[in-house]
Amino acid sequence: MVERNPTLVVLGHAVMWLGLAVVVFPLYLALVAASHTPAEIIAVPMPLVPGGHLIESFRSALVGGSEGAGSTAPVARMMWISLVMALVITVGKIAISLLSAFAIVYFRFPLKNFFFWAIFVTLMLPVEVRIMPSYKVVADLGMLNSYAGLTIPLIASATATFLFRQFFLTVPDELVEAARIDGAGPLRFFKDVLVPLSATSIAALFVIQFIYGWNQYLWPLLVTTSEDMYPVVIGIKRMIAGGDAANEWNVVMATALLAMIPPALVVVLMQKWFVKGLVDTEK
Amino acid sequence: MATEKRVLFRSGWLPWLLLAPQGVVIAVFFYWPAAQALIQSFQMQDVFGLAVSWVGLDNFRTLFADPSYLGSFRITAFFSLAVAVSGIAISLALAVFADRIVRFALFYKTLLIVPYAVAPAVAGVLWLFMFSPTLGVVAWALEQSGIRWNPLLDSSDAMTLIVMAAVWKQISYNFLFFLAGLQSIPKSLIEAAAIDGAGPWRRFRTVQFPLLSPTTFFLLVINIVYAFFDTFAIIDATTQGGPGQDTMILVYKVYNDGFKNGDLGGSAAQSVVLMAVVIALTVVQFRWVEKKVQY
Repeated sequence: MVERNPTLVVLGHAVMWLGLAVVVFPLYLALVAASHTPAEIIAVPMPLVPGGHLIESFRSALVGGSEGAGSTAPVARMMWISLVMALVITVGKIAISLLSAFAIVYFRFPLKNFFFWAIFVTLMLPVEVRIMPSYKVVADLGMLNSYAGLTIPLIASATATFLFRQFFLTVPDELVEAARIDGAGPLRFFKDVLVPLSATSIAALFVIQFIYGWNQYLWPLLVTTSEDMYPVVIGIKRMIAGGDAANEWNVVMATALLAMIPPALVVVLMQKWFVKGLVDTEK
Repeated sequence: MATEKRVLFRSGWLPWLLLAPQGVVIAVFFYWPAAQALIQSFQMQDVFGLAVSWVGLDNFRTLFADPSYLGSFRITAFFSLAVAVSGIAISLALAVFADRIVRFALFYKTLLIVPYAVAPAVAGVLWLFMFSPTLGVVAWALEQSGIRWNPLLDSSDAMTLIVMAAVWKQISYNFLFFLAGLQSIPKSLIEAAAIDGAGPWRRFRTVQFPLLSPTTFFLLVINIVYAFFDTFAIIDATTQGGPGQDTMILVYKVYNDGFKNGDLGGSAAQSVVLMAVVIALTVVQFRWVEKKVQY
Protein backbone atom coordinates (compact mmCIF):
# COMPACT_ATOMS: atom_id res chain seq x y z
CA MET A 1 0.00 0.00 0.00
CA VAL A 2 1.19 3.49 -0.76
CA GLU A 3 0.22 5.10 2.51
CA ARG A 4 -0.41 4.12 6.09
CA ASN A 5 -3.87 5.19 7.05
CA PRO A 6 -5.19 3.53 10.20
CA THR A 7 -8.75 4.76 9.60
CA LEU A 8 -8.83 3.04 6.21
CA VAL A 9 -7.41 -0.17 7.62
CA VAL A 10 -10.13 -0.25 10.26
CA LEU A 11 -12.77 0.65 7.70
CA GLY A 12 -11.44 -2.09 5.42
CA HIS A 13 -11.74 -4.76 8.09
CA ALA A 14 -15.18 -3.43 9.02
CA VAL A 15 -16.40 -3.73 5.42
CA MET A 16 -14.96 -7.23 5.13
CA TRP A 17 -16.65 -8.31 8.34
CA LEU A 18 -19.93 -6.86 7.13
CA GLY A 19 -19.55 -8.80 3.88
CA LEU A 20 -18.65 -11.96 5.75
CA ALA A 21 -21.64 -11.51 8.04
CA VAL A 22 -23.98 -11.42 5.04
CA VAL A 23 -22.25 -14.36 3.41
CA VAL A 24 -21.98 -16.51 6.51
CA PHE A 25 -25.23 -15.71 8.33
CA PRO A 26 -27.49 -17.97 6.20
CA LEU A 27 -25.01 -20.82 6.66
CA TYR A 28 -24.75 -20.21 10.40
CA LEU A 29 -28.51 -20.12 10.72
CA ALA A 30 -28.77 -23.46 8.91
CA LEU A 31 -26.35 -24.94 11.44
CA VAL A 32 -28.32 -23.47 14.35
CA ALA A 33 -31.62 -24.75 12.97
CA ALA A 34 -30.17 -28.21 12.43
CA SER A 35 -29.18 -28.33 16.08
CA HIS A 36 -32.66 -27.75 17.46
CA THR A 37 -35.94 -29.65 17.53
CA PRO A 38 -38.72 -28.68 15.08
CA ALA A 39 -40.79 -27.23 17.93
CA GLU A 40 -37.96 -24.94 19.03
CA ILE A 41 -37.56 -23.63 15.48
CA ILE A 42 -41.22 -22.81 15.03
CA ALA A 43 -41.24 -20.77 18.24
CA VAL A 44 -40.85 -17.17 17.06
CA PRO A 45 -38.14 -15.95 17.12
CA MET A 46 -36.12 -19.13 16.80
CA PRO A 47 -33.00 -19.42 18.98
CA LEU A 48 -29.81 -17.93 17.54
CA VAL A 49 -27.32 -20.10 19.39
CA PRO A 50 -26.73 -23.78 18.58
CA GLY A 51 -28.71 -26.33 20.55
CA GLY A 52 -27.92 -29.92 21.40
CA HIS A 53 -29.74 -31.89 18.73
CA LEU A 54 -27.33 -31.63 15.81
CA ILE A 55 -26.42 -35.32 15.63
CA GLU A 56 -30.09 -36.36 15.79
CA SER A 57 -31.04 -34.07 12.92
CA PHE A 58 -28.22 -35.38 10.76
CA ARG A 59 -29.07 -38.96 11.57
CA SER A 60 -32.74 -38.41 10.88
CA ALA A 61 -31.89 -36.75 7.54
CA LEU A 62 -29.43 -39.43 6.43
CA VAL A 63 -31.67 -42.36 7.34
CA GLY A 64 -34.93 -40.76 6.29
CA GLY A 65 -38.41 -41.35 7.61
CA SER A 66 -38.76 -38.07 9.53
CA GLU A 67 -42.25 -36.75 10.17
CA GLY A 68 -42.22 -33.76 7.81
CA ALA A 69 -45.04 -33.19 5.34
CA GLY A 70 -42.82 -33.42 2.27
CA SER A 71 -40.54 -36.15 1.01
CA THR A 72 -38.87 -38.17 3.76
CA ALA A 73 -36.54 -40.28 1.63
CA PRO A 74 -33.10 -41.04 3.10
CA VAL A 75 -30.54 -38.37 2.28
CA ALA A 76 -27.64 -40.84 2.37
CA ARG A 77 -28.98 -42.35 -0.86
CA MET A 78 -29.40 -38.87 -2.40
CA MET A 79 -25.81 -37.96 -1.51
CA TRP A 80 -24.63 -41.09 -3.28
CA ILE A 81 -26.68 -40.22 -6.40
CA SER A 82 -25.31 -36.67 -6.37
CA LEU A 83 -21.75 -37.93 -6.00
CA VAL A 84 -22.06 -40.40 -8.88
CA MET A 85 -23.78 -37.78 -11.01
CA ALA A 86 -21.17 -35.09 -10.31
CA LEU A 87 -18.24 -37.43 -10.91
CA VAL A 88 -19.60 -38.98 -14.11
CA ILE A 89 -20.43 -35.53 -15.52
CA THR A 90 -17.00 -34.16 -14.57
CA VAL A 91 -14.93 -37.07 -15.84
CA GLY A 92 -17.15 -37.44 -18.92
CA LYS A 93 -16.85 -33.78 -19.86
CA ILE A 94 -13.08 -33.76 -19.44
CA ALA A 95 -12.60 -37.02 -21.34
CA ILE A 96 -14.73 -36.28 -24.37
CA SER A 97 -13.45 -32.70 -24.58
CA LEU A 98 -9.82 -33.86 -24.52
CA LEU A 99 -10.56 -36.29 -27.36
CA SER A 100 -12.45 -33.70 -29.45
CA ALA A 101 -9.79 -31.03 -28.97
CA PHE A 102 -7.07 -33.52 -29.91
CA ALA A 103 -8.90 -34.41 -33.13
CA ILE A 104 -9.50 -30.78 -34.02
CA VAL A 105 -5.97 -29.56 -33.35
CA TYR A 106 -3.80 -32.47 -34.50
CA PHE A 107 -5.58 -33.80 -37.59
CA ARG A 108 -6.67 -32.44 -40.92
CA PHE A 109 -9.92 -33.92 -42.18
CA PRO A 110 -13.00 -32.82 -44.09
CA LEU A 111 -15.68 -31.02 -42.02
CA LYS A 112 -13.14 -30.13 -39.33
CA ASN A 113 -14.40 -26.57 -39.13
CA PHE A 114 -17.97 -27.76 -39.22
CA PHE A 115 -17.38 -29.88 -36.11
CA PHE A 116 -15.60 -27.06 -34.40
CA TRP A 117 -18.53 -24.71 -34.91
CA ALA A 118 -21.10 -27.38 -34.11
CA ILE A 119 -19.49 -27.78 -30.70
CA PHE A 120 -19.18 -24.03 -30.26
CA VAL A 121 -22.86 -23.35 -30.98
CA THR A 122 -24.00 -25.68 -28.18
CA LEU A 123 -23.01 -22.81 -25.87
CA MET A 124 -26.14 -21.13 -27.14
CA LEU A 125 -28.43 -24.08 -26.43
CA PRO A 126 -28.55 -24.50 -22.65
CA VAL A 127 -31.11 -26.94 -21.21
CA GLU A 128 -33.28 -23.99 -20.23
CA VAL A 129 -34.16 -23.16 -23.85
CA ARG A 130 -35.08 -26.70 -24.89
CA ILE A 131 -36.73 -28.16 -21.82
CA MET A 132 -39.70 -30.00 -23.33
CA PRO A 133 -38.08 -31.65 -26.38
CA SER A 134 -34.99 -32.70 -24.37
CA TYR A 135 -37.24 -34.35 -21.86
CA LYS A 136 -39.01 -36.17 -24.69
CA VAL A 137 -35.73 -37.47 -26.18
CA VAL A 138 -34.62 -38.86 -22.83
CA ALA A 139 -38.06 -40.38 -22.23
CA ASP A 140 -38.07 -42.00 -25.70
CA LEU A 141 -34.65 -43.48 -25.08
CA GLY A 142 -35.93 -44.99 -21.82
CA MET A 143 -33.39 -43.05 -19.79
CA LEU A 144 -35.73 -41.48 -17.20
CA ASN A 145 -34.78 -42.27 -13.60
CA SER A 146 -31.38 -43.64 -14.53
CA TYR A 147 -27.79 -42.55 -14.04
CA ALA A 148 -27.41 -42.45 -17.81
CA GLY A 149 -30.31 -40.00 -18.13
CA LEU A 150 -28.92 -37.83 -15.34
CA THR A 151 -25.44 -37.60 -16.78
CA ILE A 152 -24.95 -38.35 -20.49
CA PRO A 153 -27.02 -35.42 -21.82
CA LEU A 154 -24.86 -33.06 -19.73
CA ILE A 155 -21.39 -34.28 -20.66
CA ALA A 156 -20.98 -32.35 -23.90
CA SER A 157 -18.85 -29.30 -23.21
CA ALA A 158 -18.01 -26.45 -25.53
CA THR A 159 -16.05 -24.59 -22.83
CA ALA A 160 -13.84 -27.55 -21.97
CA THR A 161 -13.23 -28.36 -25.63
CA PHE A 162 -12.18 -24.75 -26.21
CA LEU A 163 -9.95 -24.65 -23.21
CA PHE A 164 -8.09 -27.77 -24.33
CA ARG A 165 -7.92 -26.56 -27.92
CA GLN A 166 -6.34 -23.28 -26.82
CA PHE A 167 -3.90 -25.17 -24.66
CA PHE A 168 -2.95 -27.70 -27.37
CA LEU A 169 -2.22 -24.86 -29.77
CA THR A 170 0.48 -23.61 -27.40
CA VAL A 171 2.18 -27.01 -27.17
CA PRO A 172 5.40 -26.85 -29.25
CA ASP A 173 5.31 -28.71 -32.58
CA GLU A 174 8.75 -30.12 -31.82
CA LEU A 175 7.10 -32.51 -29.38
CA VAL A 176 5.08 -34.07 -32.18
CA GLU A 177 8.16 -34.34 -34.36
CA ALA A 178 10.12 -35.92 -31.55
CA ALA A 179 7.31 -38.36 -30.85
CA ARG A 180 7.16 -39.29 -34.50
CA ILE A 181 10.91 -39.88 -34.74
CA ASP A 182 10.63 -42.14 -31.71
CA GLY A 183 7.96 -44.05 -33.55
CA ALA A 184 4.99 -43.03 -31.38
CA GLY A 185 1.58 -42.97 -33.07
CA PRO A 186 -1.08 -40.34 -32.39
CA LEU A 187 -2.74 -42.23 -29.54
CA ARG A 188 0.57 -42.84 -27.83
CA PHE A 189 1.42 -39.15 -28.18
CA PHE A 190 -1.96 -38.22 -26.75
CA LYS A 191 -1.64 -40.53 -23.77
CA ASP A 192 2.03 -40.01 -22.90
CA VAL A 193 2.62 -36.38 -23.86
CA LEU A 194 -0.54 -34.34 -24.27
CA VAL A 195 -2.62 -35.54 -21.32
CA PRO A 196 0.23 -35.23 -18.77
CA LEU A 197 0.98 -31.74 -20.11
CA SER A 198 -2.68 -30.78 -19.61
CA ALA A 199 -2.71 -31.81 -15.94
CA THR A 200 -3.16 -28.29 -14.53
CA SER A 201 -6.01 -27.49 -16.93
CA ILE A 202 -7.63 -30.80 -16.07
CA ALA A 203 -7.41 -30.05 -12.34
CA ALA A 204 -8.89 -26.58 -12.78
CA LEU A 205 -11.74 -27.91 -14.92
CA PHE A 206 -12.37 -30.70 -12.47
CA VAL A 207 -13.20 -28.25 -9.69
CA ILE A 208 -15.51 -26.13 -11.82
CA GLN A 209 -17.30 -29.08 -13.42
CA PHE A 210 -17.69 -30.97 -10.15
CA ILE A 211 -19.57 -28.03 -8.68
CA TYR A 212 -21.57 -27.69 -11.89
CA GLY A 213 -22.51 -31.38 -11.78
CA TRP A 214 -23.29 -31.52 -8.07
CA ASN A 215 -25.48 -28.41 -8.20
CA GLN A 216 -27.56 -29.37 -11.25
CA TYR A 217 -31.23 -28.74 -10.61
CA LEU A 218 -33.43 -28.29 -13.65
CA TRP A 219 -32.18 -31.37 -15.49
CA PRO A 220 -32.63 -33.85 -12.60
CA LEU A 221 -35.99 -32.22 -11.92
CA LEU A 222 -37.08 -33.25 -15.41
CA VAL A 223 -35.61 -36.74 -15.65
CA THR A 224 -36.14 -38.10 -12.14
CA THR A 225 -39.64 -38.87 -10.98
CA SER A 226 -38.91 -41.58 -8.46
CA GLU A 227 -37.64 -40.75 -4.99
CA ASP A 228 -34.79 -43.22 -5.08
CA MET A 229 -33.14 -41.38 -7.98
CA TYR A 230 -33.27 -37.85 -6.53
CA PRO A 231 -29.96 -36.05 -6.18
CA VAL A 232 -29.76 -34.25 -2.84
CA VAL A 233 -30.39 -30.82 -4.41
CA ILE A 234 -33.79 -32.02 -5.66
CA GLY A 235 -34.45 -33.95 -2.49
CA ILE A 236 -34.17 -30.88 -0.27
CA LYS A 237 -36.72 -29.01 -2.37
CA ARG A 238 -39.13 -31.95 -2.14
CA MET A 239 -38.87 -31.96 1.65
CA ILE A 240 -40.56 -28.61 1.88
CA ALA A 241 -44.30 -28.91 1.55
CA GLY A 242 -47.46 -27.79 3.18
CA GLY A 243 -46.72 -24.69 5.24
CA ASP A 244 -43.94 -23.79 7.63
CA ALA A 245 -45.25 -25.64 10.66
CA ALA A 246 -45.63 -28.92 8.76
CA ASN A 247 -41.95 -29.21 7.94
CA GLU A 248 -39.19 -30.58 10.08
CA TRP A 249 -36.89 -27.63 9.50
CA ASN A 250 -34.07 -29.13 11.51
CA VAL A 251 -33.94 -32.04 9.07
CA VAL A 252 -34.28 -29.73 6.05
CA MET A 253 -31.37 -27.60 7.29
CA ALA A 254 -29.26 -30.64 8.12
CA THR A 255 -29.86 -31.76 4.54
CA ALA A 256 -28.91 -28.30 3.26
CA LEU A 257 -25.62 -28.55 5.15
CA LEU A 258 -25.00 -32.06 3.82
CA ALA A 259 -25.74 -30.88 0.29
CA MET A 260 -23.20 -28.06 0.48
CA ILE A 261 -20.36 -29.84 2.27
CA PRO A 262 -18.85 -31.75 -0.71
CA PRO A 263 -18.77 -28.83 -3.19
CA ALA A 264 -17.64 -26.40 -0.46
CA LEU A 265 -14.80 -28.72 0.49
CA VAL A 266 -13.73 -29.02 -3.13
CA VAL A 267 -13.71 -25.23 -3.56
CA VAL A 268 -11.90 -24.45 -0.32
CA LEU A 269 -9.33 -27.24 -0.50
CA MET A 270 -8.62 -26.75 -4.20
CA GLN A 271 -8.87 -22.96 -4.08
CA LYS A 272 -5.94 -22.37 -6.39
CA TRP A 273 -7.34 -24.65 -9.10
CA PHE A 274 -10.81 -23.24 -8.58
CA VAL A 275 -9.70 -19.67 -9.29
CA LYS A 276 -7.68 -20.81 -12.31
CA GLY A 277 -10.68 -22.77 -13.57
CA LEU A 278 -13.04 -19.82 -13.22
CA VAL A 279 -10.73 -17.52 -15.11
CA ASP A 280 -9.85 -20.07 -17.81
CA THR A 281 -13.38 -21.20 -18.60
CA GLU A 282 -14.52 -17.63 -19.20
CA LYS A 283 -12.01 -16.87 -21.93
CA MET B 1 -1.85 -17.44 -31.81
CA ALA B 2 -1.76 -19.85 -34.71
CA THR B 3 -4.99 -21.70 -35.26
CA GLU B 4 -3.33 -24.51 -37.16
CA LYS B 5 -0.47 -26.84 -36.34
CA ARG B 6 2.42 -27.14 -38.77
CA VAL B 7 2.92 -30.76 -37.94
CA LEU B 8 -0.12 -32.99 -38.03
CA PHE B 9 -0.90 -36.63 -37.70
CA ARG B 10 -2.33 -38.42 -40.68
CA SER B 11 -5.21 -40.81 -40.35
CA GLY B 12 -8.42 -41.26 -42.29
CA TRP B 13 -10.52 -42.64 -39.49
CA LEU B 14 -8.98 -41.69 -36.15
CA PRO B 15 -10.21 -38.06 -35.94
CA TRP B 16 -13.78 -39.22 -36.58
CA LEU B 17 -13.51 -41.80 -33.85
CA LEU B 18 -12.13 -39.19 -31.44
CA LEU B 19 -14.95 -36.79 -32.21
CA ALA B 20 -17.66 -39.45 -32.09
CA PRO B 21 -18.56 -39.31 -28.36
CA GLN B 22 -18.98 -35.53 -28.25
CA GLY B 23 -20.62 -35.59 -31.69
CA VAL B 24 -23.24 -38.14 -30.69
CA VAL B 25 -24.08 -36.33 -27.44
CA ILE B 26 -24.53 -32.94 -29.05
CA ALA B 27 -26.52 -34.37 -31.95
CA VAL B 28 -28.92 -36.37 -29.79
CA PHE B 29 -29.26 -34.09 -26.77
CA PHE B 30 -28.65 -30.61 -28.19
CA TYR B 31 -29.41 -30.30 -31.89
CA TRP B 32 -32.26 -32.77 -32.13
CA PRO B 33 -34.26 -31.23 -29.24
CA ALA B 34 -33.46 -27.71 -30.40
CA ALA B 35 -34.73 -28.58 -33.89
CA GLN B 36 -37.84 -30.09 -32.33
CA ALA B 37 -38.47 -26.89 -30.39
CA LEU B 38 -38.09 -24.90 -33.58
CA ILE B 39 -40.51 -27.15 -35.50
CA GLN B 40 -43.05 -27.33 -32.68
CA SER B 41 -43.09 -23.57 -32.40
CA PHE B 42 -44.78 -23.50 -35.81
CA GLN B 43 -47.24 -26.26 -34.92
CA MET B 44 -50.36 -26.63 -32.87
CA GLN B 45 -51.29 -29.87 -31.14
CA ASP B 46 -54.83 -30.79 -30.14
CA VAL B 47 -55.59 -31.49 -26.47
CA PHE B 48 -55.09 -35.24 -26.75
CA GLY B 49 -51.83 -34.94 -28.66
CA LEU B 50 -53.31 -36.90 -31.57
CA ALA B 51 -53.35 -34.38 -34.38
CA VAL B 52 -50.76 -31.80 -35.27
CA SER B 53 -51.27 -28.95 -37.67
CA TRP B 54 -49.00 -26.25 -39.03
CA VAL B 55 -49.99 -22.83 -37.83
CA GLY B 56 -47.18 -20.65 -39.10
CA LEU B 57 -46.37 -17.78 -36.77
CA ASP B 58 -49.61 -18.14 -34.78
CA ASN B 59 -47.85 -19.36 -31.63
CA PHE B 60 -45.61 -16.32 -31.68
CA ARG B 61 -48.54 -13.99 -32.32
CA THR B 62 -50.44 -15.48 -29.39
CA LEU B 63 -47.32 -15.21 -27.27
CA PHE B 64 -46.65 -11.56 -27.92
CA ALA B 65 -50.33 -10.70 -27.54
CA ASP B 66 -50.35 -12.35 -24.13
CA PRO B 67 -49.99 -9.73 -21.38
CA SER B 68 -48.60 -12.31 -18.96
CA TYR B 69 -45.77 -13.11 -21.39
CA LEU B 70 -44.91 -9.46 -21.90
CA GLY B 71 -45.12 -9.07 -18.14
CA SER B 72 -42.66 -11.92 -17.76
CA PHE B 73 -40.27 -10.08 -20.10
CA ARG B 74 -40.46 -6.97 -17.94
CA ILE B 75 -39.99 -8.99 -14.77
CA THR B 76 -36.96 -10.78 -16.23
CA ALA B 77 -35.40 -7.52 -17.38
CA PHE B 78 -35.91 -5.92 -13.97
CA PHE B 79 -34.71 -9.00 -12.11
CA SER B 80 -31.54 -9.46 -14.16
CA LEU B 81 -30.59 -5.78 -13.98
CA ALA B 82 -31.23 -5.70 -10.23
CA VAL B 83 -29.12 -8.83 -9.70
CA ALA B 84 -26.31 -7.62 -11.97
CA VAL B 85 -26.08 -4.06 -10.64
CA SER B 86 -26.37 -4.81 -6.93
CA GLY B 87 -24.15 -7.89 -7.19
CA ILE B 88 -21.46 -5.92 -9.00
CA ALA B 89 -21.63 -2.96 -6.61
CA ILE B 90 -21.36 -5.10 -3.47
CA SER B 91 -18.57 -7.29 -4.83
CA LEU B 92 -16.61 -4.29 -6.09
CA ALA B 93 -16.73 -2.68 -2.65
CA LEU B 94 -15.57 -5.91 -1.03
CA ALA B 95 -12.80 -6.43 -3.59
CA VAL B 96 -11.48 -2.85 -3.25
CA PHE B 97 -11.11 -3.26 0.51
CA ALA B 98 -9.82 -6.82 0.25
CA ASP B 99 -7.15 -5.55 -2.13
CA ARG B 100 -5.86 -3.14 0.54
CA ILE B 101 -5.89 -5.66 3.36
CA VAL B 102 -2.81 -7.69 4.16
CA ARG B 103 -3.74 -9.43 7.41
CA PHE B 104 -6.39 -12.18 7.29
CA ALA B 105 -6.65 -11.73 3.51
CA LEU B 106 -6.73 -15.48 2.82
CA PHE B 107 -9.28 -16.04 5.57
CA TYR B 108 -11.64 -13.40 4.14
CA LYS B 109 -11.21 -14.67 0.62
CA THR B 110 -11.83 -18.29 1.56
CA LEU B 111 -15.10 -17.50 3.32
CA LEU B 112 -16.27 -15.21 0.54
CA ILE B 113 -15.94 -17.91 -2.12
CA VAL B 114 -18.07 -20.46 -0.25
CA PRO B 115 -21.46 -19.30 -1.68
CA TYR B 116 -20.21 -20.25 -5.15
CA ALA B 117 -20.21 -23.87 -4.03
CA VAL B 118 -23.76 -23.74 -2.64
CA ALA B 119 -26.35 -25.05 -5.08
CA PRO B 120 -28.87 -22.41 -6.20
CA ALA B 121 -31.71 -24.56 -4.89
CA VAL B 122 -30.05 -24.81 -1.48
CA ALA B 123 -29.37 -21.06 -1.47
CA GLY B 124 -33.07 -20.56 -2.21
CA VAL B 125 -34.06 -22.78 0.72
CA LEU B 126 -31.70 -20.90 3.09
CA TRP B 127 -33.12 -17.51 2.14
CA LEU B 128 -36.68 -18.82 2.24
CA PHE B 129 -36.03 -20.00 5.78
CA MET B 130 -34.61 -16.65 6.94
CA PHE B 131 -37.38 -14.62 5.36
CA SER B 132 -40.40 -16.85 5.88
CA PRO B 133 -43.13 -14.62 7.34
CA THR B 134 -44.17 -17.22 9.92
CA LEU B 135 -40.84 -18.46 11.27
CA GLY B 136 -37.98 -16.57 9.61
CA VAL B 137 -35.59 -14.79 11.94
CA VAL B 138 -34.97 -11.87 9.61
CA ALA B 139 -38.68 -11.56 8.83
CA TRP B 140 -39.31 -11.42 12.57
CA ALA B 141 -36.67 -8.72 13.02
CA LEU B 142 -38.22 -6.72 10.18
CA GLU B 143 -41.61 -6.99 11.78
CA GLN B 144 -40.23 -5.83 15.14
CA SER B 145 -38.83 -2.74 13.46
CA GLY B 146 -42.21 -2.01 11.92
CA ILE B 147 -41.62 -3.21 8.37
CA ARG B 148 -44.39 -5.34 6.93
CA TRP B 149 -42.90 -8.30 5.16
CA ASN B 150 -44.69 -11.08 3.34
CA PRO B 151 -43.17 -12.47 0.13
CA LEU B 152 -46.13 -14.83 -0.26
CA LEU B 153 -48.54 -11.94 -0.77
CA ASP B 154 -46.50 -8.89 -1.67
CA SER B 155 -44.83 -9.06 -5.05
CA SER B 156 -42.09 -6.53 -4.34
CA ASP B 157 -41.17 -8.49 -1.20
CA ALA B 158 -41.02 -11.66 -3.31
CA MET B 159 -38.84 -9.94 -5.90
CA THR B 160 -36.54 -8.59 -3.16
CA LEU B 161 -36.19 -12.10 -1.77
CA ILE B 162 -35.12 -13.72 -5.04
CA VAL B 163 -32.78 -10.84 -5.90
CA MET B 164 -31.07 -11.16 -2.51
CA ALA B 165 -30.70 -14.93 -2.82
CA ALA B 166 -29.41 -14.64 -6.40
CA VAL B 167 -26.92 -11.89 -5.51
CA TRP B 168 -25.70 -13.77 -2.45
CA LYS B 169 -24.77 -16.74 -4.60
CA GLN B 170 -23.00 -14.65 -7.22
CA ILE B 171 -20.92 -12.46 -4.87
CA SER B 172 -18.05 -14.98 -4.84
CA TYR B 173 -17.71 -14.99 -8.58
CA ASN B 174 -17.81 -11.20 -9.01
CA PHE B 175 -15.49 -10.73 -6.05
CA LEU B 176 -12.81 -13.03 -7.45
CA PHE B 177 -12.85 -11.35 -10.85
CA PHE B 178 -12.70 -7.85 -9.37
CA LEU B 179 -9.90 -8.84 -7.03
CA ALA B 180 -7.91 -10.32 -9.93
CA GLY B 181 -8.60 -7.17 -11.95
CA LEU B 182 -7.43 -4.89 -9.14
CA GLN B 183 -4.31 -6.91 -8.56
CA SER B 184 -3.37 -6.73 -12.22
CA ILE B 185 -3.29 -2.91 -12.15
CA PRO B 186 0.40 -1.91 -12.06
CA LYS B 187 1.42 -0.64 -8.62
CA SER B 188 3.42 2.15 -10.30
CA LEU B 189 0.19 3.77 -11.55
CA ILE B 190 -1.26 3.89 -8.03
CA GLU B 191 2.01 5.20 -6.62
CA ALA B 192 2.27 7.88 -9.30
CA ALA B 193 -1.26 9.05 -8.46
CA ALA B 194 -0.40 9.10 -4.76
CA ILE B 195 2.72 11.20 -5.41
CA ASP B 196 0.56 13.64 -7.34
CA GLY B 197 -1.48 14.00 -4.17
CA ALA B 198 -4.51 11.86 -4.97
CA GLY B 199 -6.13 10.33 -1.89
CA PRO B 200 -7.53 6.76 -1.79
CA TRP B 201 -11.01 7.71 -2.99
CA ARG B 202 -9.69 9.88 -5.80
CA ARG B 203 -7.30 7.11 -6.86
CA PHE B 204 -10.17 4.64 -6.97
CA ARG B 205 -12.36 7.00 -8.99
CA THR B 206 -9.79 8.16 -11.52
CA VAL B 207 -7.34 5.24 -11.79
CA GLN B 208 -8.66 1.93 -10.52
CA PHE B 209 -12.31 2.09 -11.54
CA PRO B 210 -11.61 3.18 -15.16
CA LEU B 211 -8.98 0.47 -15.49
CA LEU B 212 -11.50 -2.07 -14.21
CA SER B 213 -14.05 -1.20 -16.89
CA PRO B 214 -13.35 -4.32 -19.01
CA THR B 215 -13.89 -6.49 -15.93
CA THR B 216 -17.02 -4.59 -14.98
CA PHE B 217 -18.52 -4.89 -18.43
CA PHE B 218 -17.64 -8.56 -18.65
CA LEU B 219 -19.27 -9.18 -15.26
CA LEU B 220 -22.34 -7.23 -16.31
CA VAL B 221 -22.91 -9.62 -19.22
CA ILE B 222 -22.09 -12.72 -17.16
CA ASN B 223 -24.45 -11.63 -14.37
CA ILE B 224 -27.27 -10.96 -16.79
CA VAL B 225 -26.81 -14.41 -18.31
CA TYR B 226 -26.70 -15.86 -14.80
CA ALA B 227 -29.90 -14.09 -13.77
CA PHE B 228 -31.66 -15.18 -16.96
CA PHE B 229 -30.76 -18.85 -16.90
CA ASP B 230 -29.15 -20.02 -13.69
CA THR B 231 -31.67 -18.72 -11.18
CA PHE B 232 -34.38 -21.22 -12.08
CA ALA B 233 -33.63 -23.29 -8.98
CA ILE B 234 -33.68 -20.25 -6.67
CA ILE B 235 -37.13 -19.32 -7.91
CA ASP B 236 -38.43 -22.87 -7.79
CA ALA B 237 -37.25 -23.18 -4.19
CA THR B 238 -38.62 -19.84 -2.99
CA THR B 239 -41.51 -18.13 -4.79
CA GLN B 240 -42.28 -20.55 -7.65
CA GLY B 241 -43.11 -17.58 -9.79
CA GLY B 242 -45.63 -16.15 -7.34
CA PRO B 243 -47.42 -14.31 -5.93
CA GLY B 244 -49.60 -14.56 -9.01
CA GLN B 245 -47.01 -14.43 -11.79
CA ASP B 246 -44.98 -11.60 -10.32
CA THR B 247 -41.64 -13.39 -10.13
CA MET B 248 -42.25 -15.58 -13.20
CA ILE B 249 -39.03 -15.01 -15.14
CA LEU B 250 -38.92 -16.28 -18.74
CA VAL B 251 -37.11 -19.54 -18.03
CA TYR B 252 -39.51 -20.38 -15.23
CA LYS B 253 -42.44 -19.61 -17.49
CA VAL B 254 -41.23 -22.01 -20.21
CA TYR B 255 -41.07 -24.75 -17.61
CA ASN B 256 -44.36 -23.78 -16.04
CA ASP B 257 -46.33 -23.54 -19.30
CA GLY B 258 -44.77 -26.54 -21.00
CA PHE B 259 -44.13 -28.99 -18.20
CA LYS B 260 -46.85 -28.17 -15.74
CA ASN B 261 -49.60 -26.85 -18.02
CA GLY B 262 -48.81 -28.94 -21.12
CA ASP B 263 -48.93 -26.13 -23.69
CA LEU B 264 -46.45 -27.59 -26.19
CA GLY B 265 -46.69 -25.09 -29.04
CA GLY B 266 -46.62 -22.07 -26.77
CA SER B 267 -43.75 -23.45 -24.72
CA ALA B 268 -41.79 -24.25 -27.90
CA ALA B 269 -42.34 -20.70 -29.17
CA GLN B 270 -41.06 -19.41 -25.83
CA SER B 271 -38.01 -21.67 -26.18
CA VAL B 272 -37.29 -20.19 -29.59
CA VAL B 273 -37.54 -16.65 -28.22
CA LEU B 274 -35.14 -17.62 -25.42
CA MET B 275 -32.71 -19.10 -27.95
CA ALA B 276 -32.71 -15.74 -29.70
CA VAL B 277 -31.93 -14.08 -26.35
CA VAL B 278 -29.02 -16.46 -25.65
CA ILE B 279 -27.63 -15.96 -29.14
CA ALA B 280 -27.80 -12.19 -28.73
CA LEU B 281 -26.12 -12.32 -25.32
CA THR B 282 -23.41 -14.67 -26.58
CA VAL B 283 -22.69 -12.43 -29.55
CA VAL B 284 -22.43 -9.40 -27.25
CA GLN B 285 -20.10 -11.33 -24.99
CA PHE B 286 -17.75 -12.48 -27.76
CA ARG B 287 -17.85 -9.49 -30.04
CA TRP B 288 -18.02 -6.61 -27.67
CA VAL B 289 -16.54 -7.74 -24.42
CA GLU B 290 -13.48 -9.31 -26.02
CA LYS B 291 -12.65 -6.57 -28.49
CA LYS B 292 -14.05 -3.16 -27.64
CA VAL B 293 -13.22 -2.86 -23.97
CA GLN B 294 -9.53 -3.69 -24.12
CA TYR B 295 -6.61 -1.38 -24.34
